[in-house]
Amino acid sequence: MIRKEAELILEIRNLHASVEDKAILQGVNLSIRAGEIHAVMGRNGSGKSTLSKVIAGHPEYIVTSGTVKFQGHNLLELEPEERARLGVFMGFQYPVEIPGVSNLEFLRVATNSRREKRGQEELDTFDFEDLVRERLKVVQMDPIFLERSVNEGFSGGEKKRNEILQMALLEPLLAILDETDSGLDIDALRIVAAGVNQLANPQNATLLITHYQRLLNEITPDFVHVMAAGKILRTGGKELALELEQSGYDWIDKEQNHMEAK
Amino acid sequence: MAVFRQWLDSLPAPNGVLERFQRLGRNSLLNDASPTRALEAWRLTDLKRLEHLFELPLHSNQDVLDEKKLTIIPDKPGNGLRITLDSDCDTSDSLKLPPGIRKLNALELEAHLGNSLKSCSLNCDWPVAINHASATQVLGLEIQGQDLPPLELVMEAKPCALSPTRVILILKEQAKLELLQVAIGAEEAAQSHLIEIHLGQGSELQHGWLGFGKHQSSLLVNMAITQEARSNYFITAVQHGWFLARMEPHIVQVHGHANTTMRGLQLATNQSQIATHSSIRFDGPEGSLDQLQKSVAAEKSHCIFNGAIHVPRIAQKTNAAQLSRNLLLSERARIDTKPELKIIADDVRCAHGATVSQLQEEELFYLRSRGIEATTATSLLLKGYCQEIFNSLPVEANRWERLITLLESMQA
Repeated sequence: MIRKEAELILEIRNLHASVEDKAILQGVNLSIRAGEIHAVMGRNGSGKSTLSKVIAGHPEYIVTSGTVKFQGHNLLELEPEERARLGVFMGFQYPVEIPGVSNLEFLRVATNSRREKRGQEELDTFDFEDLVRERLKVVQMDPIFLERSVNEGFSGGEKKRNEILQMALLEPLLAILDETDSGLDIDALRIVAAGVNQLANPQNATLLITHYQRLLNEITPDFVHVMAAGKILRTGGKELALELEQSGYDWIDKEQNHMEAK
Repeated sequence: MAVFRQWLDSLPAPNGVLERFQRLGRNSLLNDASPTRALEAWRLTDLKRLEHLFELPLHSNQDVLDEKKLTIIPDKPGNGLRITLDSDCDTSDSLKLPPGIRKLNALELEAHLGNSLKSCSLNCDWPVAINHASATQVLGLEIQGQDLPPLELVMEAKPCALSPTRVILILKEQAKLELLQVAIGAEEAAQSHLIEIHLGQGSELQHGWLGFGKHQSSLLVNMAITQEARSNYFITAVQHGWFLARMEPHIVQVHGHANTTMRGLQLATNQSQIATHSSIRFDGPEGSLDQLQKSVAAEKSHCIFNGAIHVPRIAQKTNAAQLSRNLLLSERARIDTKPELKIIADDVRCAHGATVSQLQEEELFYLRSRGIEATTATSLLLKGYCQEIFNSLPVEANRWERLITLLESMQA
């Protein structure tokens, strides 16, 4: 939903970032307003996942220049947990397995961290169980997964559902979903996408990182951005994704060669 | 070593059912060489901390003040049996034992004591000699039948003293028991525990060990376990808070065809040195071992694991797996881990592995990216790491609050 007067949630200006001394992001500019759904597409290595990790605050990614503002806060000054409490959420491409840590306990501690920041009261074990059982419906997840260790022994689809369950509990203002569609069969993809659609509202925003149109058949983006060599090369509407699906990424090489020739 | 002689001279004259062991131990301490760092088994041990033992008398008139106690002893398990071992007197005399658990008489003690030690080749190992020399009491129990109440043995140190205890358990054929031993350290105190267990054919023992130390407290534990065919022995040991702890479980499957499961967790903080030296020998075919030993070393602490597995020619089709997983939480902490496999038989499966790592960055980031503060995330990960071992403890162990709270003292 595009509303020009809507609140600016995320504003990225000329962002450069590197990992292990290798420059990956080379001048990203991106603005996201409340109510909008953005999709970032691009080949492997174009910098899509790096962008999501930099926004979430992964310690291995070093910002060398540029700014990232989140509702006016300088996001780059904040620790990952502070960003999450303000309402930044990143759904992992490969959710981490944590043996021995109960999924239910993890979800409760995380939910209460966010609630505290929002001035809401802490939920005790019983109240939290009521909440989590209600939110499980968003992703049609079996409650048995609450009793297990975080992501341990979960299938690819179950891990992604667990990510969306976390999103449903944390109610972020900005949800960045990093290749949430990877490793999902079509039924699981539909369930996950339906969950994301249910959670999107005029007050929050979603940034989808994906390779494929098939996710965008389920979640309609307002904007599609194409990344290459650490920059956003082109921005368009949902039709840009369809165009990519048909013509592939070869035009990017041409465009880049053209730019280099200049 | 004047202090050492003085200590020996201070011991009461050999007497009672343990007389022959008292003589044996004292002779051994007098005549055999003390451990030095030149010996492989003692190479990593801080021997200065051991010397302190010989400055401690066997008796203490001091009691641990309640407010100084780190470990609160919970109420006795509802249907269970608790025996508090006292190094000075026989506390089991007045006990009413349930059907299936019986005290061994003097003749039976005479017949059984030392047998498992001999099978495990521990006749007069140095820490064993200390126990032999100083222990004046022994608890001997025969276990028969299956629906037995859980047994809890509590060993509380006396301040500024050395407290030796000796226990022998004989599990008859097909017997089944859950045993929890809890050693509680005291200020400037040391404990020496010697445990002999014989598992008869088809018997099963779930053995839990909780060692809760205190600043400047030391612990020496020697276990000699003999397993007959088709017996199952599970041991889970958790050690925390000792200035020096050295635990040596020795197991022999006397005819093979038995199962042994070992789980261990050493949680070391401050300047703690916590060591486990385990050994298992298969004296027959088709035995199995599943061993997981974990250590967490924080601050300036030191964890040691030495895991010996001996598979002689007779032990064909042995199936043994040993894994040592270690977590280093500080740059000044130290971990030494060493598998020691002697395999002569040719048709066996023996897997072993060791890892030493820091907390996984990716796991930490995952938790932090959900709004969980770095210190809480670290504590959650540590809990998870330890939980795997806690899960194997006998259920009754969960009544010990110290087990739940000890993780809070761990900081990366």
